[in-house]
Amino acid sequence: MLDVAVWRGTTEGSFEHFDVPRSDSQTVLDVVTYIQRHLDTTLAYRFSCRVGVCGSCAMKVNGVARWTCRTHVSSVAGDGHLEIAPLDHLPRLRDLVCDMTPFFEKWTRAGGAFVPFEPPETTVKRGFAAIDPLSQKRLEAEAGIECIGCGVCYSECDTVGRLPEYLGPAALNRAWTLTNDERDGRGASRLRAVAGDAGCHSCHTQMSCSERCPKRLTPAASIAGLKRASALAALRGKL
Amino acid sequence: MTHPSRETWLWLIHRGSAVAMLPFVAGHLILMMLTVRSGLSAADILGRTQGSVSLVAYYGFFVLFVSVHAALGLRTELAEKLGWRGNRLDLAAATMGLLLLATGGRAVWAVYSVSA
Ligand code: SF4
Ligand code: SF4
Ligand code: FES
Repeated sequence: MLDVAVWRGTTEGSFEHFDVPRSDSQTVLDVVTYIQRHLDTTLAYRFSCRVGVCGSCAMKVNGVARWTCRTHVSSVAGDGHLEIAPLDHLPRLRDLVCDMTPFFEKWTRAGGAFVPFEPPETTVKRGFAAIDPLSQKRLEAEAGIECIGCGVCYSECDTVGRLPEYLGPAALNRAWTLTNDERDGRGASRLRAVAGDAGCHSCHTQMSCSERCPKRLTPAASIAGLKRASALAALRGKL
Repeated sequence: MTHPSRETWLWLIHRGSAVAMLPFVAGHLILMMLTVRSGLSAADILGRTQGSVSLVAYYGFFVLFVSVHAALGLRTELAEKLGWRGNRLDLAAATMGLLLLATGGRAVWAVYSVSA
């Protein structure tokens, strides 16, 4: 049996204990699902794909933010105890569910939408953009492109905790991949969007984001790229 | 989010002043070790520092870089830990920088001008 403490409530609330039977290859999401199906149907949590693609199942497991569908109980609860709580730095809606709005709003503020440098009609006429897979820019973009938007890095970033307006690792990582997209049409205006007083320069490079990202991305390196790019732009008087 | 250009410049200056300080810190430490090991008295040291223009230049720049670097670092901390923004933040950082510059400059002036 596993002794599982689950957060119930919103900002106000407490941990409730459940006994959950262990099984082979059991994931933390399996545990939460078991509780909701068999022990308390009122438990609120969020998931979708169950295979590490959608990014909706992130929770804090024994104090650390993780993607619960790909986290095996055996790897985090050797002693048979689990503590499951919602992510940090986001408004708590109910039980294990956070409001992700501020997280994705920051993606928008960081220029996270792709804006092509030419109108789509032109692209259609001209054909696909040919991008050398080994070009420096493509490799930079490649390194950060597989983000699933789970919010693990955002929850683990102390700077987000201290400076709530800080754009955070995921939004800045997204901005860096677009900065390196050869079809990108925002250029310096995106650098302006990320280099302000709660942007890339607020990052302390302590790397919790890179340490915890379940996709093994390194948002801290992307942020360093943005710092470099914005510093160069400032030196050239183009920021 | 505001002032991308200003924030980026302050970031550059903060990092730049850190790099600029490196040789000064190293030089200072070596100088201190040499003086202590050679067993010079305070009077001997002041005898050598007094009137030395190169010493004033060396420590003058050192104090300048320290003041700039510390003030900008403090600015970040005040914004993060106390949530200060805008004029209040810049004023506090500038005051800190000037205070360090004044006290550091005074110390440099003292070893330059005071006779043992
Ligand atoms: S490296 Fe930067 S973005 Fe990543 S956790 Fe640290 S402060 Fe946050
Ligand atoms: S960078 Fe990693 S941890 Fe952050 S949202 Fe994307 S996948 Fe999740
Ligand atoms: S449920 Fe989709 S990533 Fe976990």
